[in-house]
Order: sequence, then structure tokens, then C-alpha cells
Amino acid sequence: MTSAPPEQESYVVARAMPAIISAPPKRNAMMRTLRRHPTMWLGGTLLALVAIMAIFAPIISTSDPSAMNPAVRVQPPSAEAWFGTDMLGRDIFARSVYGARVSLIVGIGVALFATIVGMIIGLTAGFVRWADGIIMRIMDGMMSIPAILLAIALMTLMRGGSVMNVILAITIAEIPRVARLTRSAVLSVRELTYVEAAVACGTSKLGIIRLHILPNTVAPITVQATYICASAMITEAILSFIGAGLPTSIPSWGNIMAEGRALWQVKPNIVFFPAIFLSVTVLAVNLLGDGLRDAVDPRLAKRV
Amino acid sequence: MKLLEVRDLQVHFETDKGVNRAVDGLSFSIDTGEALAIVGESGCGKSVTSMSVLRLLPTPPGKIAGDIRFRGEDLSTKSEREMRRLRGGEISMIFQEPMSSLNPVYTIGRQISEAVRLHTGANTRAARKRAIEVLILVGIPSPEKRVDEYPHRLSGGMRQRAMIAMALACNPALLIADEPTTALDVTIQAQILDLLRDLRKRTNTAILLITHDLGVVAEFAERVMVMYAGRKVEEANVADLFAHPRHPYTQGLMDAVPKLGQVRSGKMSKALAEIPGRVPDLTQAFEGCVFAPRCPRAEDVCTHLDPGLEEKADGHFAACHFAPKEAARDKA
Amino acid sequence: MTKPEGSETSHPLVELRDLVKYFPIHGGLLGRQVGAVKAVDGVSFEVNAGETLSLVGESGCGKSTVGRCVARLLDLTSGELRLDGERIDGLPQSNLKPFRKRLNIVFQDPFSSLNPRMNVEALISEPLRSHGIVPGRAERRARVAQLLDTVGLSADIMDRMPHQFSGGQRQRICIARALSSEPDFIVCDEAVSALDVSVQAQIINLLMRLQADLGLAILFISHDLAVVEHLSDRVAVMYLGRIMEIADRDQLFAAPAHPYTKALLSAVPLPDPSVRQKRVILKGEVPSPIDPPSGCPFRTRCPIANDICAQIRPELVEHTPGQSVACHFPG
Repeated sequence: MTSAPPEQESYVVARAMPAIISAPPKRNAMMRTLRRHPTMWLGGTLLALVAIMAIFAPIISTSDPSAMNPAVRVQPPSAEAWFGTDMLGRDIFARSVYGARVSLIVGIGVALFATIVGMIIGLTAGFVRWADGIIMRIMDGMMSIPAILLAIALMTLMRGGSVMNVILAITIAEIPRVARLTRSAVLSVRELTYVEAAVACGTSKLGIIRLHILPNTVAPITVQATYICASAMITEAILSFIGAGLPTSIPSWGNIMAEGRALWQVKPNIVFFPAIFLSVTVLAVNLLGDGLRDAVDPRLAKRV
Repeated sequence: MKLLEVRDLQVHFETDKGVNRAVDGLSFSIDTGEALAIVGESGCGKSVTSMSVLRLLPTPPGKIAGDIRFRGEDLSTKSEREMRRLRGGEISMIFQEPMSSLNPVYTIGRQISEAVRLHTGANTRAARKRAIEVLILVGIPSPEKRVDEYPHRLSGGMRQRAMIAMALACNPALLIADEPTTALDVTIQAQILDLLRDLRKRTNTAILLITHDLGVVAEFAERVMVMYAGRKVEEANVADLFAHPRHPYTQGLMDAVPKLGQVRSGKMSKALAEIPGRVPDLTQAFEGCVFAPRCPRAEDVCTHLDPGLEEKADGHFAACHFAPKEAARDKA
Repeated sequence: MTKPEGSETSHPLVELRDLVKYFPIHGGLLGRQVGAVKAVDGVSFEVNAGETLSLVGESGCGKSTVGRCVARLLDLTSGELRLDGERIDGLPQSNLKPFRKRLNIVFQDPFSSLNPRMNVEALISEPLRSHGIVPGRAERRARVAQLLDTVGLSADIMDRMPHQFSGGQRQRICIARALSSEPDFIVCDEAVSALDVSVQAQIINLLMRLQADLGLAILFISHDLAVVEHLSDRVAVMYLGRIMEIADRDQLFAAPAHPYTKALLSAVPLPDPSVRQKRVILKGEVPSPIDPPSGCPFRTRCPIANDICAQIRPELVEHTPGQSVACHFPG
């Protein structure tokens, strides 16, 4: 169930002799981009489906995900309980549908916070010379600890599995990646002649960041954010699976699987269905990220 | 028989906007030992032409049509393998940026001797000897030492020399030099041009020089071809061309460059002549003369009738309805 | 160097004294400084209002570094820089704003010097906004339209993006941007070198026209001697971080006194096959600026070098009025 984020550095081979052609102004560039990158389509559609499921969970699932019914424990899939029931007789379908909420909130929340904080740290490191060494050594130190271990440690420190705490723990573990990427993007952009020209035009440091640096770092960081989202979903599932994350009162794909772990060989359906949900969602996010990456690839970015 | 003969070369690129006619109906030839220059501004198709001759253009998106003969043999019938044998052997090429054609992880000597072994089948020792020989030929100091150096250890001028050495290692009959001195400083450029001139004399290698610099053309070439928008607009021997440019584009180019020595000659011009407008979009079809929209002499006929290349004087061709014919020559 | 009488009161627009710029080289595990690239090593000149001073030299001679130091894009290692008599070499970037309004720079590559995400209006009005010169949007657009007209572009391109323009048009946009805060001094760092011949002519004409119309002073950095001869008032020839010769244009091109200037001039290929000039082909290559030769920096390639050249560094002294040369054997 590990999905390593694909490599960032792969470039699409130029499709035509570049120098000779100047791109014409594009009307609905959005539609063109989508048509050009079917992976983005597929990922986006899948993700939208998962989101709809999460939003309309109360309507989609017919039963209460937390309602225990010892009479119908560990049932195989049936007309009443499509995915069967777990050891406490709870409906796995209902739990899985509600689990999408946790997964999406954690994924998006972590992506958002980690990106914002990581960008601020990265911009500072890229711009303030004396701070660079200190900040980046701290980031290196954090990156030397596997993200999952760091998250477990932080969860232990925070004592108490709430969604907010999970987001916080995973965010902290993900920040260094964004900070590094931002810093390297800043360092490469600030060497460009037009930044030098901006200095000569009297534009202030903040103005340069806002006008010239940020717009040129947003694209790679957005792509990175999707990968962080995917990895946060997996981390959350792992945390909940090993009991360091959310309590079973809040259904999460990780803790549903944990419930079924002991019975995995006789009742695989308890583990199987949430696992499928998790895989499909993570795949969708990664596809979206890949599509985005192709769309903002430096060689093609000139067409914007 | 000409050494290289190109007839009606067409190079087209498929683009989003349509077909880009990078080269449109170009014919030229080079004799053994001759120095022919192709001049033109960026996008005129001069580099594309040379790459098509060696079949180095990626196809697609490129499409090459026309007749390219080397020593009378049609190059389009050759297999990729035969072409590889030809490239770097009978025909070799030097580029503007030497670093792009030297492999940074091998020593200069290894790269040269590899080429020698590939093309002549010489053994390792003979190939190395040849490598040192050509390094001496191109004037690299202490070649026995330099032969074991990596490209990044050499300065720009030395790298260009090393690349020329590599190009010459297999005694090519034709050397295609694409902007060979553009990236170099004037004093180094003077050295390299001197070297190429000297080599041509000694080895009787024909040189096809591609450049945008009229000064380099005047110093180096015997015959000159001026290209504009994928076509040849004028061709003449070098003295004739500079003394009597017949195509308005050639004239415009000559007037647009400041000439060193204005102070001494007392001919200080206040403003340079400009060629108004810009190069046409080659994906658009057009009628008449390609240069007409920018031409000061253009008249109605130019906008609908393609002038075609015409011999205006002995060996002097120009594609212009109003280029003066023979008579103009008597003024000289 | 021409110095007007009573230079206590009337000072040149830009004055540079003994500019030194070293780029430290760090090495080893601890990243200690192990040496320095001596990019510029003692350069002095002045530019008067409305004048064009050209810096010529081969790559690595430090001419672009001088330009960037004068524009205060690089900090000076040592030396004095004055604008209108006021010292600005030590000012921190935050205090440079009033100075930036009066000085701008145009770079070589018109592609990398325009932010691809900004439209023409935003690009050209950047100095207007930073200096708060024209506050209102409508007035700003009017001002940009006027600037576009000045550089020979039509005002209706204002909302287009840089990738829709050719190199020459982009360079015009760069010039319009540099002019927008109405500076009186512009550094042109190889501003026409990347352009095609016919476009280059247009830009050169534009620069000369602007200078005449607006009374701009220009520091024109170039390696192209023919262009320099065409548009300069005075010329400084640099080699390995120093000025070898500085003179009025006519003197320098008619009677160069430094052997390096002579070699440079003779190396330029002339677009006229009927003229074959006698060429001084320099042997070897430019020495490393990390470890420049003792004495005269040019002595390793100089055709007339002598023992004394290795021992004593020739200072820049007046050779004829309006022409100063750093050579033991000028002429």
C-alpha cells in the first residue's frame, strides 16, 4: 500500500522544434490542458466521486456508522450490509463511506497547512542569507527521521486522537519537503535576469517576492501539494491502523482495517473494502498530481 | 562532379499552427576544396539546411524532401548506418558551442581516437597517434599532455580547436561549420578563422560556413549564399557580392552593420540603415516575393509574382525583379 | 580623461574611483575562503551628463561586473561610486531607492529579462509603481502608452504577454521599462549583442535617438568594437579587470596607443573583402583572474612586452590629451 510520489524531475520531451514556433494566444487554456493530459481528467473525476461520497455520506450510507449490533457481528457482505459487518456488528459500508471524510480532510488539510508553512520557511531561507543555513539544517534534521515515525512521536506527545491533532502531526512531518522545494525554486528564480531588473527598477524585497518569485514557484509547489495530500492520507491510515491515530468512534479507513486485522484470513472483507477505497483515492490524487506536473512542466509552461 | 549537390531542398515542420516551411526550394552545390558561406539572420533556415544534409534533423516533426547528393550519390537512399559512417568521416561538422559536441566524461584524446577507429578501423595506438597529430594540426600547445585532458579543463578557444581537431581527424572532404566562432572573443575568433583558412589550404577540405556575421564571410568565404525566410535570395562570389549586392535584403544587411574604421575613413554615419518590419511567419502561405513586405523597392509585381533566382551577372544570382543586371557591373 | 576646470564645483554625473570587485572562492570542508576571482581590480572613470562611455573587452575582462557594480546590483569590494557628487557605494539596498529612480540597466538577453507572467503594461510600469511616481491606473496606462511610443511600439500591445514578441520588440520593452522613471543614466550591458543584425541596427538607432532627445548618459558595455565606434563619445578598453586605455572615441579608433587595443581592433573581421588589414594575432589566451600575472596583466600575450612589464604595473596615465594608457611603451 505504499505509493511513492513519482519523480519530480522528469521532463516531457519537446513535441516540436521549439525555437521556430511561437505559440499563439490560447483561448480556453483550461480545456486544452485537460485534453492534453488525460491523467488529470481521470484523477480529477475519481477524486470528485470520492468527495461527493464524503459530502453526502449521511445520504449514501443507510445506517449509522457507529451503531453497534452484536447480533450481526462479522457478517459477510449482504443486501443489508453491502460490505458486511465488523466484530462489533457495525456496517462496514457506512464506516467506509464516512472514512472518506477523514481521509479527505486530513489529506487536504495537511497539504494546505504544510504548503503554507513550508513556503514561508522556504522563502525565508531562500531570501535571508544568514537564516538559510540554520533553517535548512533544521529541515535536514527533520527529514532524517522517517515522516511516519515523526508523526507517531508527535501523536504520542499530543495525547489524544482528534482529526486536528492528526493533521498537525502529519503537517509537521511534511513541512521540510515543501520548505526545501520552495527554497530551491526561490534560489533558481532569483538568479534570473528579470529579478535583477526588478532590483534595478527599485522594487522592494517584498515586491520582488510577490511579483516575481511567488508566481514562479506556485506551479511546482502545487504539484508537490498533491503528492503531500496523497502521502498524508496514507500516513493517517497507518497512524489509525496502529492505534496512534483516530479512535474507532471516528471511522477512518485505517482504523476500520485495524479492526479487521485479527480476522483477516477468515473475513477478508473487513480489510479489503476500506483498503480499496484508500488505494483508489490515493491513486486519484497522484494521477491528478502527475497531470498537473505535465501541465506545468517548464517546457510547456511557456504556452500558458 | 560537385562534391555536394543539393537540389530543391524542402524542410518542413509540423507545428500547432500549421506547416512551417523552414527551407523552401533551396539548391546549391560545393566543389572540392571550396569555401561556401551561408549568411542570414536567425530563423532563415541556414542551420536547418546543414542539419538536413547530414540527416540530423529529428523527423518527425521535420520533413525533408529534395535531392541531396554527395559525390554523386543520393544521400536519401542511404541507411542510417551508412549515414553514421559518412558523418564524422567524409563529412564532419563543428558547432557554435563546443561543449555540446564534446562528451564531458571522456578525454579529448579518447574522443578523437574513437572517431578515428570507427571510421578508419585503425588500432588503438595508431588512433591515438592520429589524435595527437590533429591536435598539433589545430595548434593546441603541448598536445601530448592535452590529449589526456577532459574537455572542461580547456578554455573556450581550446575547446573549439579540439572540436575542429575531432572533425578533421578522419580527413573529411567536407567540413560544415555552423557559427564556429560566434561564441568566441574577437581575438580568439581571429585565431580560429586563421586556423580554418590554413587547414583548408593544406588539406583541401571544402568548408560550408554558416554564419550571421558579414565580417566573417568577407574574410573567409569564396562564394556566398544569402538566405532569407527559407530561400536563397542571392548568390555570388564574395568580392562581387560585397562590391555589388543586388538583392535589397543583402544591401539592407550590409548597411545595417556598423563598420569598424568609420573614424579613420571619415565616413561616420549618423544612423544605421534599418530593415523595417520583421521576418515573415513561415507557417503562413504567401504570394510573390518573400521580402516584398519589408522591401524599399517593392512594387505591385512583387506582391504577386515570385521573382525566382536569376543570373544577373556572371555567376551572380539574385531573386529580385528589380536587381540591376550586368550593366551595373561596369561602374566598378 | 577630460576633467573640466574647477572640478570642485561641477562634478560628473557618475564617478567611479578605484572600483575593486573580488568574488570569494570558498573551498574545503569548512567552506573557508581559499581565494578570490579578481573580476575588477581598480577601475576608475566618470560619465558626464548626456555622454556615452563604452566599456569594451573580451569575455571575462570584468566589464559586465563593472556595469553591475555601477548599477549597485553587486556590492563593491572597495572603491567609491558617486552619483552627482553624492557617494552611494556604501548605501544599503533599502536606502538606494532615490538613486534607482535616476539609473537603470538594460541587459543582454531580452528573453530572460522580462518576467513571462507579466503583461507589457505591468512590465513597463514596474518602476512607476515601485517609486510611486504615477499613482492612478489610468494615468499609468497613459504613461506606458507614451513610453511605448518613445521606443517605437504601438500602444495597443499593452495587454500582451512577452512571449508574443520577437527579440527586438522585447528589447524595446526593456528599454521602455528602463526609461519609465525618467532616469538620467542607463547602463546597457551588451544590450544589442543578442539581436540579429537588422534588429540590432534598429535598437542602436533607438538608443542614439533617445540619448539625443532625453539627454541620457549611457554606460555602454559591449564586445563589438564596430558598434562601440558607431555610438560612443568615449571608450574604455578593459583587460583582466583593469582599464588598459581610455580615450575619446576618435582618438582611440584612429590612433590606439595600447598594444591590446591595437590587437583587438585588428582582430575584427571587416565586412569588405577588398580590405585586408594587417592583423596582430594574439598568442594564447586570457590568464585566469584568480591568479593574474605580475606587473602588467597583458604582458603574457603582449607582442612588445619586456622585462619591466613583469615587474612594474603600468598606471593609467595621460598619453595625449583625452587619451590615457596603461602601458610602459604606448604609441
